Amino acid sequence: MLLDIKNIDVLYDDFQVIWDVSINVNKAEMVALLGPNGSGKSTILNTISNLVEHRKGTINFENNLISNIPTFKRTELGISHVLERRRVFPHLTVRQNLLLGAWHPRAKVELSNSLEKIYKIFPKLEIRSEQLAKTMSGGEQQMLAIARGMMGLPKLLMIDEPFLGLSPMVMKDLIQIFKNIVKEGISILFVEQNVRLALSMADRGYVLESGRLVIDGKSEDLIDNEKVTKVFLGN
Amino acid sequence: MTSEIILQAVVTGLMMGLIYALIAAGLSLIFGLMEIVNFAHGEHLMLSMFSSFWLWSLFGLDPLFSIPITILLLAFCGILTHYFLIRYILKAKMLIQICATFGLSIFIRSIAQLLWTPDFRNVDKPLLEGRIEVGSVFIGQPQLYASLVCLLAFIGLYLFVTKTETGLALQATAQDRHAAEVLGIPSNKMFAIGWAIGLGCVGVAGGMMANYFFIFTDVGINFALFAFVAVALGGFGSIIGCLYAGIIIGLVESLGGLLIDPSFKLLYVFVIYLLVVIYKPQGLFGRY
Repeated sequence: MLLDIKNIDVLYDDFQVIWDVSINVNKAEMVALLGPNGSGKSTILNTISNLVEHRKGTINFENNLISNIPTFKRTELGISHVLERRRVFPHLTVRQNLLLGAWHPRAKVELSNSLEKIYKIFPKLEIRSEQLAKTMSGGEQQMLAIARGMMGLPKLLMIDEPFLGLSPMVMKDLIQIFKNIVKEGISILFVEQNVRLALSMADRGYVLESGRLVIDGKSEDLIDNEKVTKVFLGN
Repeated sequence: MTSEIILQAVVTGLMMGLIYALIAAGLSLIFGLMEIVNFAHGEHLMLSMFSSFWLWSLFGLDPLFSIPITILLLAFCGILTHYFLIRYILKAKMLIQICATFGLSIFIRSIAQLLWTPDFRNVDKPLLEGRIEVGSVFIGQPQLYASLVCLLAFIGLYLFVTKTETGLALQATAQDRHAAEVLGIPSNKMFAIGWAIGLGCVGVAGGMMANYFFIFTDVGINFALFAFVAVALGGFGSIIGCLYAGIIIGLVESLGGLLIDPSFKLLYVFVIYLLVVIYKPQGLFGRY
Protein backbone atom coordinates (compact mmCIF):
# COMPACT_ATOMS: atom_id res chain seq x y z
CA MET A 1 0.00 0.00 0.00
CA LEU A 2 1.43 3.38 -1.02
CA LEU A 3 -0.59 5.71 1.15
CA ASP A 4 -2.49 4.64 4.22
CA ILE A 5 -4.46 7.13 6.26
CA LYS A 6 -6.07 5.75 9.40
CA ASN A 7 -8.77 7.41 11.47
CA ILE A 8 -7.65 11.02 11.23
CA ASP A 9 -9.38 13.99 12.84
CA VAL A 10 -8.64 17.51 11.66
CA LEU A 11 -9.54 20.68 13.51
CA TYR A 12 -9.28 24.31 12.48
CA ASP A 13 -8.68 25.85 15.88
CA ASP A 14 -11.58 24.32 17.82
CA PHE A 15 -13.76 23.61 14.84
CA GLN A 16 -13.61 20.02 13.72
CA VAL A 17 -13.77 19.56 9.96
CA ILE A 18 -12.68 15.94 9.51
CA TRP A 19 -14.03 13.07 11.60
CA ASP A 20 -12.31 9.72 11.74
CA VAL A 21 -11.46 9.42 8.04
CA SER A 22 -9.47 6.47 6.67
CA ILE A 23 -8.25 6.39 3.09
CA ASN A 24 -5.71 4.33 1.24
CA VAL A 25 -4.13 4.46 -2.18
CA ASN A 26 -2.31 1.57 -3.86
CA LYS A 27 0.53 1.75 -6.31
CA ALA A 28 -0.47 2.78 -9.85
CA GLU A 29 -4.03 3.43 -8.82
CA MET A 30 -6.29 6.37 -9.56
CA VAL A 31 -8.47 7.29 -6.59
CA ALA A 32 -11.15 9.98 -6.49
CA LEU A 33 -12.14 11.97 -3.41
CA LEU A 34 -15.73 13.01 -3.90
CA GLY A 35 -18.16 15.16 -2.04
CA PRO A 36 -20.10 18.40 -2.20
CA ASN A 37 -18.67 21.82 -1.42
CA GLY A 38 -17.15 22.08 2.03
CA SER A 39 -17.17 18.36 2.72
CA GLY A 40 -13.45 18.36 3.56
CA LYS A 41 -11.90 16.94 0.37
CA SER A 42 -9.24 19.59 0.02
CA THR A 43 -8.56 19.47 3.74
CA ILE A 44 -7.65 15.82 3.41
CA LEU A 45 -5.14 16.54 0.66
CA ASN A 46 -3.77 19.43 2.71
CA THR A 47 -3.44 17.10 5.68
CA ILE A 48 -1.50 14.60 3.58
CA SER A 49 0.99 17.36 2.71
CA ASN A 50 0.89 18.63 6.28
CA LEU A 51 -0.28 22.10 5.29
CA VAL A 52 -2.90 21.30 7.92
CA GLU A 53 -2.12 19.24 11.01
CA HIS A 54 -4.22 16.32 12.13
CA ARG A 55 -5.04 15.59 15.75
CA LYS A 56 -5.74 11.91 15.81
CA GLY A 57 -4.84 8.96 13.63
CA THR A 58 -1.86 8.13 11.47
CA ILE A 59 -0.62 8.76 7.94
CA ASN A 60 1.71 6.15 6.47
CA PHE A 61 3.51 6.47 3.16
CA GLU A 62 5.23 3.34 1.85
CA ASN A 63 4.77 1.84 5.31
CA ASN A 64 6.60 4.69 7.06
CA LEU A 65 4.82 6.96 9.47
CA ILE A 66 5.00 10.49 8.02
CA SER A 67 2.62 12.30 10.36
CA ASN A 68 5.36 14.57 11.73
CA ILE A 69 7.37 15.24 8.59
CA PRO A 70 7.16 18.91 7.54
CA THR A 71 5.50 19.84 4.25
CA PHE A 72 8.63 20.69 2.32
CA LYS A 73 10.21 17.30 2.99
CA ARG A 74 7.30 15.32 1.59
CA THR A 75 8.09 15.97 -2.06
CA GLU A 76 11.35 14.13 -1.59
CA LEU A 77 9.46 11.12 -0.24
CA GLY A 78 7.44 11.08 -3.44
CA ILE A 79 4.30 13.06 -2.65
CA SER A 80 3.47 15.89 -5.05
CA HIS A 81 0.50 18.10 -4.32
CA VAL A 82 -1.13 20.22 -7.02
CA LEU A 83 -3.06 22.77 -5.02
CA GLU A 84 -6.58 23.98 -5.69
CA ARG A 85 -6.87 26.74 -8.32
CA ARG A 86 -3.52 25.92 -9.93
CA ARG A 87 -1.37 28.23 -7.86
CA VAL A 88 1.36 28.63 -10.45
CA PHE A 89 3.89 31.37 -9.67
CA PRO A 90 2.33 34.13 -11.75
CA HIS A 91 5.38 36.36 -12.18
CA LEU A 92 7.78 33.58 -13.10
CA THR A 93 8.11 32.04 -16.54
CA VAL A 94 6.72 28.63 -17.40
CA ARG A 95 10.22 27.20 -17.44
CA GLN A 96 11.11 28.72 -14.09
CA ASN A 97 7.91 27.29 -12.62
CA LEU A 98 8.92 23.87 -13.88
CA LEU A 99 12.49 24.16 -12.58
CA LEU A 100 11.16 24.92 -9.11
CA GLY A 101 9.16 21.71 -9.29
CA ALA A 102 12.41 19.75 -9.25
CA TRP A 103 13.76 21.05 -5.97
CA HIS A 104 15.01 18.03 -4.07
CA PRO A 105 18.34 16.41 -5.05
CA ARG A 106 16.85 13.29 -6.59
CA ALA A 107 14.66 15.38 -8.88
CA LYS A 108 17.48 17.78 -9.74
CA VAL A 109 19.63 14.97 -11.07
CA GLU A 110 16.82 14.01 -13.42
CA LEU A 111 15.97 17.59 -14.32
CA SER A 112 16.75 17.56 -18.03
CA ASN A 113 15.13 14.16 -18.51
CA SER A 114 12.00 15.23 -16.66
CA LEU A 115 11.80 18.46 -18.62
CA GLU A 116 12.06 16.62 -21.91
CA LYS A 117 9.37 14.19 -20.81
CA ILE A 118 7.07 16.95 -19.58
CA TYR A 119 7.42 18.84 -22.86
CA LYS A 120 6.44 15.68 -24.70
CA ILE A 121 3.30 15.28 -22.61
CA PHE A 122 2.45 18.99 -22.64
CA PRO A 123 3.87 20.39 -25.92
CA LYS A 124 2.26 23.77 -25.27
CA LEU A 125 4.47 24.31 -22.23
CA GLU A 126 7.56 24.07 -24.38
CA ILE A 127 6.21 26.62 -26.85
CA ARG A 128 5.38 28.95 -23.99
CA SER A 129 8.39 28.17 -21.84
CA GLU A 130 9.66 31.77 -21.68
CA GLN A 131 6.24 33.29 -21.09
CA LEU A 132 5.11 34.49 -17.66
CA ALA A 133 2.76 31.98 -16.10
CA LYS A 134 0.10 34.62 -15.43
CA THR A 135 -0.29 35.32 -19.15
CA MET A 136 -1.53 31.80 -19.90
CA SER A 137 -5.10 30.60 -20.08
CA GLY A 138 -6.66 28.72 -17.19
CA GLY A 139 -6.29 25.38 -18.94
CA GLU A 140 -2.64 25.99 -19.71
CA GLN A 141 -2.02 27.05 -16.12
CA GLN A 142 -3.61 23.83 -14.93
CA MET A 143 -1.32 21.87 -17.24
CA LEU A 144 1.63 23.80 -15.84
CA ALA A 145 0.59 23.11 -12.26
CA ILE A 146 0.33 19.38 -12.93
CA ALA A 147 3.57 19.36 -14.91
CA ARG A 148 5.29 21.21 -12.08
CA GLY A 149 4.04 18.59 -9.65
CA MET A 150 5.43 15.84 -11.86
CA MET A 151 8.87 17.46 -11.98
CA GLY A 152 9.32 16.28 -8.38
CA LEU A 153 9.16 12.65 -9.60
CA PRO A 154 6.22 11.70 -7.41
CA LYS A 155 5.03 8.26 -6.53
CA LEU A 156 1.75 9.82 -5.48
CA LEU A 157 0.37 12.79 -7.36
CA MET A 158 -2.40 14.59 -5.50
CA ILE A 159 -4.48 16.98 -7.58
CA ASP A 160 -7.11 19.29 -6.17
CA GLU A 161 -10.00 19.93 -8.60
CA PRO A 162 -8.03 19.35 -11.80
CA PHE A 163 -10.94 20.11 -14.09
CA LEU A 164 -12.15 23.33 -12.52
CA GLY A 165 -12.97 25.81 -15.25
CA LEU A 166 -11.56 23.75 -18.11
CA SER A 167 -13.16 23.42 -21.51
CA PRO A 168 -14.42 19.94 -22.51
CA MET A 169 -11.64 19.63 -25.06
CA VAL A 170 -8.88 20.33 -22.55
CA MET A 171 -10.63 18.08 -20.06
CA LYS A 172 -10.53 15.18 -22.47
CA ASP A 173 -6.80 15.67 -23.02
CA LEU A 174 -6.19 15.83 -19.31
CA ILE A 175 -8.10 12.62 -18.61
CA GLN A 176 -5.93 10.83 -21.16
CA ILE A 177 -2.81 12.31 -19.57
CA PHE A 178 -3.91 11.06 -16.15
CA LYS A 179 -4.41 7.58 -17.52
CA ASN A 180 -0.91 7.62 -19.01
CA ILE A 181 0.59 8.79 -15.74
CA VAL A 182 -1.02 5.90 -13.88
CA LYS A 183 0.21 3.49 -16.54
CA GLU A 184 3.73 4.53 -15.62
CA GLY A 185 3.18 3.33 -12.08
CA ILE A 186 2.39 6.68 -10.46
CA SER A 187 -0.71 6.85 -8.28
CA ILE A 188 -3.14 9.72 -8.53
CA LEU A 189 -5.40 10.92 -5.75
CA PHE A 190 -7.68 13.67 -6.96
CA VAL A 191 -10.52 15.76 -5.64
CA GLU A 192 -13.55 16.28 -7.82
CA GLN A 193 -17.13 17.42 -7.48
CA ASN A 194 -18.41 15.91 -10.67
CA VAL A 195 -19.16 12.34 -9.54
CA ARG A 196 -19.88 10.86 -12.93
CA LEU A 197 -16.74 12.29 -14.50
CA ALA A 198 -14.56 11.26 -11.58
CA LEU A 199 -15.87 7.72 -11.36
CA SER A 200 -15.59 7.23 -15.10
CA MET A 201 -11.83 7.58 -14.84
CA ALA A 202 -10.90 6.52 -11.29
CA ASP A 203 -10.37 2.95 -10.07
CA ARG A 204 -11.91 3.68 -6.71
CA GLY A 205 -13.69 6.51 -4.98
CA TYR A 206 -14.28 7.87 -1.50
CA VAL A 207 -17.35 9.95 -0.82
CA LEU A 208 -17.26 12.55 1.94
CA GLU A 209 -20.07 14.49 3.53
CA SER A 210 -19.49 17.19 6.15
CA GLY A 211 -16.09 15.78 7.02
CA ARG A 212 -17.18 12.18 7.41
CA LEU A 213 -16.61 9.27 5.07
CA VAL A 214 -20.00 8.11 3.81
CA ILE A 215 -19.12 5.35 1.41
CA ASP A 216 -16.19 4.08 -0.55
CA GLY A 217 -15.54 1.37 -3.10
CA LYS A 218 -14.82 0.54 -6.70
CA SER A 219 -15.96 3.10 -9.21
CA GLU A 220 -18.41 0.76 -10.95
CA ASP A 221 -20.06 0.00 -7.60
CA LEU A 222 -20.39 3.66 -6.67
CA ILE A 223 -21.56 5.07 -9.94
CA ASP A 224 -25.23 4.22 -9.53
CA ASN A 225 -25.20 3.85 -5.78
CA GLU A 226 -28.19 5.39 -4.03
CA LYS A 227 -26.17 6.58 -1.07
CA VAL A 228 -23.86 8.55 -3.34
CA THR A 229 -26.75 10.19 -5.12
CA LYS A 230 -28.22 11.13 -1.75
CA VAL A 231 -25.03 12.90 -0.66
CA PHE A 232 -25.08 15.09 -3.70
CA LEU A 233 -28.78 15.66 -4.11
CA GLY A 234 -29.90 15.59 -0.49
CA ASN A 235 -32.72 13.43 0.77
CA MET B 1 20.71 80.21 -10.61
CA THR B 2 23.15 78.74 -13.05
CA SER B 3 23.01 75.45 -14.81
CA GLU B 4 26.18 74.39 -13.00
CA ILE B 5 24.45 74.53 -9.65
CA ILE B 6 21.52 72.54 -10.96
CA LEU B 7 23.87 69.97 -12.40
CA GLN B 8 25.60 69.80 -9.04
CA ALA B 9 22.28 69.15 -7.33
CA VAL B 10 21.39 66.46 -9.86
CA VAL B 11 24.67 64.66 -9.26
CA THR B 12 24.31 64.91 -5.49
CA GLY B 13 20.71 63.69 -5.67
CA LEU B 14 21.64 60.81 -7.93
CA MET B 15 24.36 59.67 -5.56
CA MET B 16 22.07 59.83 -2.55
CA GLY B 17 19.31 58.14 -4.55
CA LEU B 18 21.41 55.06 -5.26
CA ILE B 19 21.97 54.63 -1.52
CA TYR B 20 18.26 55.04 -0.79
CA ALA B 21 17.55 52.49 -3.50
CA LEU B 22 19.68 49.79 -1.91
CA ILE B 23 18.26 50.41 1.57
CA ALA B 24 14.75 50.27 0.13
CA ALA B 25 15.55 47.08 -1.80
CA GLY B 26 16.35 45.33 1.46
CA LEU B 27 13.07 46.49 2.93
CA SER B 28 11.15 45.52 -0.18
CA LEU B 29 12.72 42.07 -0.32
CA ILE B 30 11.66 41.31 3.24
CA PHE B 31 8.18 42.72 2.71
CA GLY B 32 7.71 40.92 -0.59
CA LEU B 33 8.72 37.65 0.96
CA MET B 34 6.56 37.56 4.09
CA GLU B 35 4.47 40.73 4.08
CA ILE B 36 6.16 42.02 7.18
CA VAL B 37 7.38 45.60 7.25
CA ASN B 38 10.70 45.92 9.01
CA PHE B 39 10.15 49.07 11.04
CA ALA B 40 13.59 48.52 12.54
CA HIS B 41 15.22 48.98 9.14
CA GLY B 42 16.66 52.37 10.13
CA GLU B 43 18.05 50.92 13.33
CA HIS B 44 19.68 48.14 11.37
CA LEU B 45 21.27 50.81 9.22
CA MET B 46 22.46 52.53 12.38
CA LEU B 47 23.95 49.23 13.58
CA SER B 48 25.83 48.79 10.33
CA MET B 49 27.29 52.29 10.62
CA PHE B 50 28.33 51.61 14.19
CA SER B 51 29.81 48.29 13.17
CA SER B 52 31.95 50.17 10.70
CA PHE B 53 32.78 52.81 13.29
CA TRP B 54 33.83 50.38 16.01
CA LEU B 55 35.88 48.26 13.66
CA TRP B 56 37.72 51.44 12.78
CA SER B 57 37.97 52.84 16.29
CA LEU B 58 38.93 49.59 18.05
CA PHE B 59 40.91 47.76 15.41
CA GLY B 60 41.98 50.57 13.13
CA LEU B 61 40.20 48.95 10.22
CA ASP B 62 39.23 51.45 7.53
CA PRO B 63 35.51 51.32 6.64
CA LEU B 64 36.52 50.36 3.13
CA PHE B 65 38.12 47.14 4.39
CA SER B 66 35.67 46.38 7.14
CA ILE B 67 32.70 46.39 4.79
CA PRO B 68 32.65 42.61 4.25
CA ILE B 69 32.61 42.14 8.03
CA THR B 70 29.80 44.67 8.39
CA ILE B 71 27.78 42.92 5.69
CA LEU B 72 28.25 39.54 7.37
CA LEU B 73 27.38 40.97 10.78
CA LEU B 74 24.19 42.50 9.45
CA ALA B 75 23.26 39.34 7.56
CA PHE B 76 23.75 37.40 10.76
CA CYS B 77 21.67 39.98 12.59
CA GLY B 78 18.96 39.37 9.98
CA ILE B 79 18.99 35.64 10.62
CA LEU B 80 18.79 36.24 14.37
CA THR B 81 15.91 38.65 13.88
CA HIS B 82 14.05 36.03 11.91
CA TYR B 83 14.88 33.21 14.27
CA PHE B 84 14.09 34.94 17.55
CA LEU B 85 11.27 37.26 16.56
CA ILE B 86 9.80 37.08 13.10
CA ARG B 87 9.06 33.38 12.87
CA TYR B 88 6.84 33.65 15.93
CA ILE B 89 4.71 36.39 14.40
CA LEU B 90 4.37 35.11 10.84
CA LYS B 91 0.78 34.09 11.33
CA ALA B 92 -0.05 36.86 13.78
CA LYS B 93 -2.36 39.78 13.10
CA MET B 94 -0.90 42.70 11.20
CA LEU B 95 -1.04 45.00 14.22
CA ILE B 96 1.02 42.53 16.22
CA GLN B 97 3.56 42.30 13.41
CA ILE B 98 3.82 46.08 13.28
CA CYS B 99 4.27 46.29 17.04
CA ALA B 100 6.91 43.56 16.95
CA THR B 101 9.23 45.20 14.44
CA PHE B 102 8.46 48.69 15.74
CA GLY B 103 9.26 47.44 19.22
CA LEU B 104 12.46 45.97 17.88
CA SER B 105 13.43 49.38 16.50
CA ILE B 106 12.93 51.03 19.89
CA PHE B 107 14.78 48.18 21.57
CA ILE B 108 17.80 48.42 19.30
CA ARG B 109 17.95 52.21 19.52
CA SER B 110 17.67 52.19 23.31
CA ILE B 111 20.34 49.55 23.72
CA ALA B 112 22.57 51.51 21.36
CA GLN B 113 22.05 54.68 23.39
CA LEU B 114 22.78 52.81 26.58
CA LEU B 115 25.94 51.24 25.26
CA TRP B 116 27.29 53.98 23.07
CA THR B 117 25.59 57.17 24.36
CA PRO B 118 23.76 59.45 21.91
CA ASP B 119 27.00 61.20 20.94
CA PHE B 120 27.77 61.98 17.33
CA ARG B 121 30.83 60.17 16.02
CA ASN B 122 32.65 60.04 12.76
CA VAL B 123 35.48 58.13 11.19
CA ASP B 124 38.57 60.33 11.15
CA LYS B 125 40.67 60.39 8.04
CA PRO B 126 39.21 57.45 6.15
CA LEU B 127 41.03 56.27 3.05
CA LEU B 128 38.26 57.70 0.93
CA GLU B 129 38.51 61.42 1.39
CA GLY B 130 38.42 64.64 -0.51
CA ARG B 131 36.59 65.45 -3.66
CA ILE B 132 37.15 65.44 -7.34
CA GLU B 133 36.14 68.05 -9.85
CA VAL B 134 34.45 66.97 -13.04
CA GLY B 135 33.90 70.00 -15.22
CA SER B 136 32.20 72.41 -12.88
CA VAL B 137 30.76 69.74 -10.61
CA PHE B 138 32.37 68.79 -7.32
CA ILE B 139 31.95 65.19 -6.30
CA GLY B 140 32.87 63.99 -2.83
CA GLN B 141 34.94 60.83 -3.17
CA PRO B 142 33.34 58.93 -0.27
CA GLN B 143 29.88 59.84 -1.57
CA LEU B 144 30.79 58.80 -5.08
CA TYR B 145 32.19 55.44 -4.01
CA ALA B 146 29.32 54.83 -1.64
CA SER B 147 26.80 55.30 -4.41
CA LEU B 148 28.78 53.19 -6.86
CA VAL B 149 29.16 50.35 -4.38
CA CYS B 150 25.45 50.56 -3.59
CA LEU B 151 24.65 50.44 -7.30
CA LEU B 152 26.88 47.39 -7.72
CA ALA B 153 25.27 45.72 -4.73
CA PHE B 154 21.87 46.52 -6.17
CA ILE B 155 22.77 44.95 -9.51
CA GLY B 156 24.17 41.95 -7.65
CA LEU B 157 20.97 41.63 -5.67
CA TYR B 158 18.87 41.87 -8.80
CA LEU B 159 20.91 39.21 -10.60
CA PHE B 160 20.82 36.99 -7.53
CA VAL B 161 17.05 37.19 -7.22
CA THR B 162 16.29 36.78 -10.92
CA LYS B 163 19.02 34.44 -12.13
CA THR B 164 19.99 32.02 -9.37
CA GLU B 165 18.14 29.00 -8.14
CA THR B 166 17.88 30.34 -4.59
CA GLY B 167 16.68 33.64 -6.00
CA LEU B 168 13.93 31.87 -7.93
CA ALA B 169 12.94 30.02 -4.79
CA LEU B 170 12.77 33.35 -2.95
CA GLN B 171 10.50 34.74 -5.65
CA ALA B 172 8.37 31.62 -5.56
CA THR B 173 8.01 31.85 -1.79
CA ALA B 174 7.09 35.52 -2.12
CA GLN B 175 4.45 34.82 -4.76
CA ASP B 176 2.85 31.79 -3.16
CA ARG B 177 4.31 30.45 0.01
CA HIS B 178 2.24 27.28 0.25
CA ALA B 179 2.65 26.39 -3.39
CA ALA B 180 6.42 26.70 -2.90
CA GLU B 181 6.29 24.64 0.25
CA VAL B 182 4.52 21.71 -1.40
CA LEU B 183 7.23 21.72 -4.08
CA GLY B 184 9.78 21.16 -1.34
CA ILE B 185 10.99 24.74 -0.82
CA PRO B 186 11.26 25.33 2.93
CA SER B 187 9.72 28.76 3.49
CA ASN B 188 11.28 29.25 6.90
CA LYS B 189 14.73 28.89 5.42
CA MET B 190 13.78 31.23 2.58
CA PHE B 191 12.56 33.81 5.09
CA ALA B 192 15.85 33.59 6.97
CA ILE B 193 17.75 34.03 3.71
CA GLY B 194 15.53 36.99 2.87
CA TRP B 195 16.33 38.65 6.19
CA ALA B 196 20.02 37.96 5.77
CA ILE B 197 20.06 39.52 2.31
CA GLY B 198 17.72 42.37 3.24
CA LEU B 199 19.91 43.43 6.14
CA GLY B 200 23.04 42.64 4.13
CA CYS B 201 21.93 45.43 1.76
CA VAL B 202 21.67 47.76 4.71
CA GLY B 203 25.14 46.62 5.75
CA VAL B 204 26.56 47.71 2.40
CA ALA B 205 24.85 51.10 2.55
CA GLY B 206 25.71 51.77 6.20
CA GLY B 207 29.26 50.55 5.86
CA MET B 208 29.92 52.86 2.93
CA MET B 209 28.17 55.83 4.51
CA ALA B 210 30.30 55.48 7.63
CA ASN B 211 33.03 57.09 5.54
CA TYR B 212 31.39 60.50 5.49
CA PHE B 213 28.24 60.51 7.60
CA PHE B 214 27.91 61.36 11.24
CA ILE B 215 27.22 58.21 13.19
CA PHE B 216 24.70 58.43 16.02
CA THR B 217 21.90 56.33 17.40
CA ASP B 218 19.08 58.15 15.59
CA VAL B 219 20.82 58.28 12.24
CA GLY B 220 18.63 55.62 10.67
CA ILE B 221 15.25 57.24 11.21
CA ASN B 222 15.24 59.49 8.15
CA PHE B 223 16.76 56.83 5.95
CA ALA B 224 14.11 54.34 7.01
CA LEU B 225 11.38 56.89 6.26
CA PHE B 226 12.81 57.40 2.79
CA ALA B 227 13.06 53.66 2.33
CA PHE B 228 9.35 53.25 3.15
CA VAL B 229 8.53 55.98 0.65
CA ALA B 230 10.77 54.34 -1.94
CA VAL B 231 9.13 50.96 -1.51
CA ALA B 232 5.65 52.45 -1.84
CA LEU B 233 6.71 54.62 -4.76
CA GLY B 234 8.47 51.81 -6.60
CA GLY B 235 5.66 49.36 -5.91
CA PHE B 236 5.49 46.79 -3.16
CA GLY B 237 7.44 43.68 -3.99
CA SER B 238 9.27 45.17 -6.95
CA ILE B 239 13.02 45.34 -6.52
CA ILE B 240 13.69 47.22 -9.72
CA GLY B 241 11.02 49.73 -8.64
CA CYS B 242 13.21 50.58 -5.66
CA LEU B 243 16.01 51.71 -7.95
CA TYR B 244 13.84 54.19 -9.81
CA ALA B 245 12.08 55.30 -6.66
CA GLY B 246 15.35 55.76 -4.77
CA ILE B 247 16.73 57.91 -7.57
CA ILE B 248 13.52 59.94 -7.80
CA ILE B 249 13.63 60.59 -4.06
CA GLY B 250 17.28 61.58 -4.15
CA LEU B 251 16.66 63.98 -7.02
CA VAL B 252 13.49 65.46 -5.53
CA GLU B 253 15.26 65.98 -2.23
CA SER B 254 18.29 67.72 -3.66
CA LEU B 255 16.59 69.68 -6.46
CA GLY B 256 13.71 70.70 -4.20
CA GLY B 257 16.20 71.86 -1.62
CA LEU B 258 18.05 73.87 -4.21
CA LEU B 259 15.17 75.36 -6.15
CA ILE B 260 12.66 75.99 -3.36
CA ASP B 261 13.97 75.86 0.17
CA PRO B 262 16.34 73.35 1.75
CA SER B 263 14.55 73.36 5.10
CA PHE B 264 11.56 71.59 3.51
CA LYS B 265 13.54 68.75 1.93
CA LEU B 266 11.46 66.07 3.64
CA LEU B 267 8.26 67.77 2.57
CA TYR B 268 9.01 67.45 -1.15
CA VAL B 269 9.65 63.76 -0.80
CA PHE B 270 6.42 63.18 1.06
CA VAL B 271 4.42 65.26 -1.40
CA ILE B 272 5.64 62.90 -4.11
CA TYR B 273 4.70 60.00 -1.88
CA LEU B 274 1.19 61.34 -1.31
CA LEU B 275 0.69 61.93 -5.02
CA VAL B 276 1.64 58.35 -5.73
CA VAL B 277 -0.57 56.96 -2.99
CA ILE B 278 -3.51 58.98 -4.31
CA TYR B 279 -3.08 58.50 -8.07
CA LYS B 280 -1.15 55.25 -8.40
CA PRO B 281 -1.50 53.34 -5.15
CA GLN B 282 0.18 50.23 -6.55
CA GLY B 283 3.35 52.26 -7.14
CA LEU B 284 5.33 52.64 -10.33
CA PHE B 285 6.17 48.97 -10.78
CA GLY B 286 3.81 47.38 -8.27
CA ARG B 287 2.00 44.11 -8.70
CA TYR B 288 -0.57 44.60 -6.02
